[in-house]
Amino acid sequence: MTDKITRHVLAEFPYQRSPVERGYTNQTLYINVSDYTIAARPVTDFMKEKFIGGRGFDLWLLWNAVKDTTRWNDPENEVVISPGPCSGVTQYPGSGKSIVATISPTTHVVTDCNVGGHFGPQLKFAGWDALELQGIADRDVIVVIDGPAGKVTIEELPEAPTDTHLLGAWLTEALAETPEDRYVISTVTTGTGAEHTLIGCLNFSLFDRKRNDIRYKQAARGGPGTVFRHKRIKAVVVIGFPVKGTSVAPADPERLARVGAKMQREVHEYDPKQNRMRNRGTPYLVHIMNAYDLLPVHNFKFGAHPDHVKIMADVWEARFTQGLPDGCWYGCTLACAHAVDGFELRTGPYQGQRVIVDGPEYETVGALGSDCGIFDPDAILELNFYCDTYGIDTISFGNLTAFVMECYEAGILNLERTGGLDLHFGNAAAALELLHQMGRGEGFGLIAGQGVRRMKQIFAEEYGADPAFLWDIGVEVKGMEQSMYMSKESLAQQGGYALTNKGPQHDEAWLIFMDQVNNQIPTFEDKAEALHYFPMWRTWFGLCGFCKLLWNDVIPPSNKYSQEPAKIPEHVANYVEVFSAVTGREVTKEDLIRMSEAVYNFQRVFNWRLGGGSRKDDIPPYRAVGPVTKEEYESRQERYDKQLRELVGVDPTSLTTEEKMAALRQYREGRYQQLMDAVYKRRGWTPNALPTLEKLHELGIDLPEVVEVVKRYL
Amino acid sequence: MIKLLTFNRERCTGARECERTCAQTWFKTPAVECSSIRIREVEGGFRATFCIQCGECIAVCPANALYRDKQGIVRVRKADCVGCMSCVGFCPYAAMFYDPQEAVPFKCVSCGQCVKTCPAQALAMTEAPDATQVEALSGI
Repeated sequence: MTDKITRHVLAEFPYQRSPVERGYTNQTLYINVSDYTIAARPVTDFMKEKFIGGRGFDLWLLWNAVKDTTRWNDPENEVVISPGPCSGVTQYPGSGKSIVATISPTTHVVTDCNVGGHFGPQLKFAGWDALELQGIADRDVIVVIDGPAGKVTIEELPEAPTDTHLLGAWLTEALAETPEDRYVISTVTTGTGAEHTLIGCLNFSLFDRKRNDIRYKQAARGGPGTVFRHKRIKAVVVIGFPVKGTSVAPADPERLARVGAKMQREVHEYDPKQNRMRNRGTPYLVHIMNAYDLLPVHNFKFGAHPDHVKIMADVWEARFTQGLPDGCWYGCTLACAHAVDGFELRTGPYQGQRVIVDGPEYETVGALGSDCGIFDPDAILELNFYCDTYGIDTISFGNLTAFVMECYEAGILNLERTGGLDLHFGNAAAALELLHQMGRGEGFGLIAGQGVRRMKQIFAEEYGADPAFLWDIGVEVKGMEQSMYMSKESLAQQGGYALTNKGPQHDEAWLIFMDQVNNQIPTFEDKAEALHYFPMWRTWFGLCGFCKLLWNDVIPPSNKYSQEPAKIPEHVANYVEVFSAVTGREVTKEDLIRMSEAVYNFQRVFNWRLGGGSRKDDIPPYRAVGPVTKEEYESRQERYDKQLRELVGVDPTSLTTEEKMAALRQYREGRYQQLMDAVYKRRGWTPNALPTLEKLHELGIDLPEVVEVVKRYL
Repeated sequence: MIKLLTFNRERCTGARECERTCAQTWFKTPAVECSSIRIREVEGGFRATFCIQCGECIAVCPANALYRDKQGIVRVRKADCVGCMSCVGFCPYAAMFYDPQEAVPFKCVSCGQCVKTCPAQALAMTEAPDATQVEALSGI
């Protein structure tokens, strides 16, 4: 719509659009940016049966693309994006997700992210069940998937900016012939920060018709943006089609519409009385987490802070523009994807610009806010915006900034080592400058941008810091920075974070209330059962293209009378209906768990194949388990002393704080080891976290190449 | 002033002629599922469900497919509708209906055809400044 840009097409692939049938297009798109190969590949019945779609397709395609020795920056590593069969459904809220997978630059195993925006559904409507991006280009390239024209191109667009808020708008305007075209265009971009750090995120766009502007949702965990930019891909654009209620061509549209209308009514009736997500989004959690001592403060030392009131829900409700349908896909009336409009930037290269800030979400408030001791909403918004446009994961950035702040206060870092950054807790200006350094690729930002695990090594080797202390306080597992819940008082959640496949992200299991608050899973066996069921259940959302929030962030009042209220049985039944109605594959609730179990076990074997996956990789840092420092112990001395008396069988009266800390640590770490044994047993794994051949056979995932990997380690 | 449908519950005898007329007028079928007015029996009489043109659905629609026309009537622009059911779920009066095959909503547009065929004169077209009048007049 703007003056048309010159498009230097480097490669072109015409294709016949495969129509969507029962949620699938039955072909995937392969693109190699090294040699400009572009190809259509069939989706087999085996893939649909065993891997379903979304994260399942990602893992299968990636498995076939890489070698055992592939590292994140090798050409054969891929960024794979797949929407899943139910993604693109409009009738049932929360059904427009894309799932991204790649070998992570920080964990060196597979990372996967579940992201909103319109890209995944429109990729499907343009004819593709998944997109593989392989190779490393010799120049910056942009991939355009043009559904209406039936062609895929790799292009060189030298004038294209890099940072997301500029590039997404530039591409959308450049490629739209009419204003309505903007509705069907979605971009995947990152930014300059992804070029200089290992914590790069991808931004998936959506055209917000009410705002008449572009917004973004992030696939952020584990550095997919870093891999994307390392391939010298600046953007992938899909030009799709106008969306209809029939766009996924469901097997039984009436059944789908019925369950969708029911759920829409439920959101309408109960969200105003429950979480009020439609007004506040996920930051409604800040106050609750603080009340239960679960809100990370000062690098997870503490779980509460009096200043949390400055960054809690009502503050964000006042800042978020109200009354707009803020779903990240059509039909999501829970509408948690809120935004602050017209925010004036005070720092950095875009100082003075008025921008839309997408968010902040709860995790971002915790990471950029309380965990860094920053309780200034404007600073959080500024950090949030720049993280997004630079293509940096807000959770990892906040977590690692809190880590360097603690190192600074502990004397491991100083002004000389940080290049003049006074990284005390609460210094928002220093945090912002650290972020801008990542965007520019300068100074201490280059060190911090490598993530917590790498910094531990650097600080020990170059600054002589105590490696044991660094290991204890760096809140990462497998190399991924932990998301924003305190797990010290919930053994099950310690497992919920650390026994994950990709790293400590709460999308596998969030068991704190069941465990710590309601004491519903007291024994190791109970916890192991929860650490079997919930990761499998939540994995299923990623196979199909669903959001998790519609499962348990609005709840029918009758749920409390159900036999297993934590599972929200009525909503599980909804998903059985939606999946069956879309795909025509009649399933039961047990089938859903089996689908996930096959993919989940496959992913664990994939981790082993890449050199991770074992018991030692599932150990959390002690900061996530108990009090590392005297300051932490003494801040909650009454609680810990009581535990020593009642649980450990030690009288704390005559002990020093150090002695009490040691006794508590021995107890807690021992319990964690017992939990691992129970969970591995429940999952059908060896005590070293390797899926057994019997388990793989039972799940029908005992493919020769999978068995071959497992046999190496038995 | 908006020309609005109103319902007099004292007069309704439950003949349901309005449902048949509406479905026939807009979908060429007598099937009640295709009617934009629905009569339900309650203790001591009948109640009607139909759109009172309050317009709350307009803000909920993510695709700008709902709008108020020059006469003040809320309408569905089918070409823009994404079939998301948001308006169906969020109508305060449960008066937004949908075609389950296409997932396209439909609603009363105050055409007045049902008024003509009601044997009990329970329906009328009324000039009113806004929807609150209908709510009061019709006991919805």
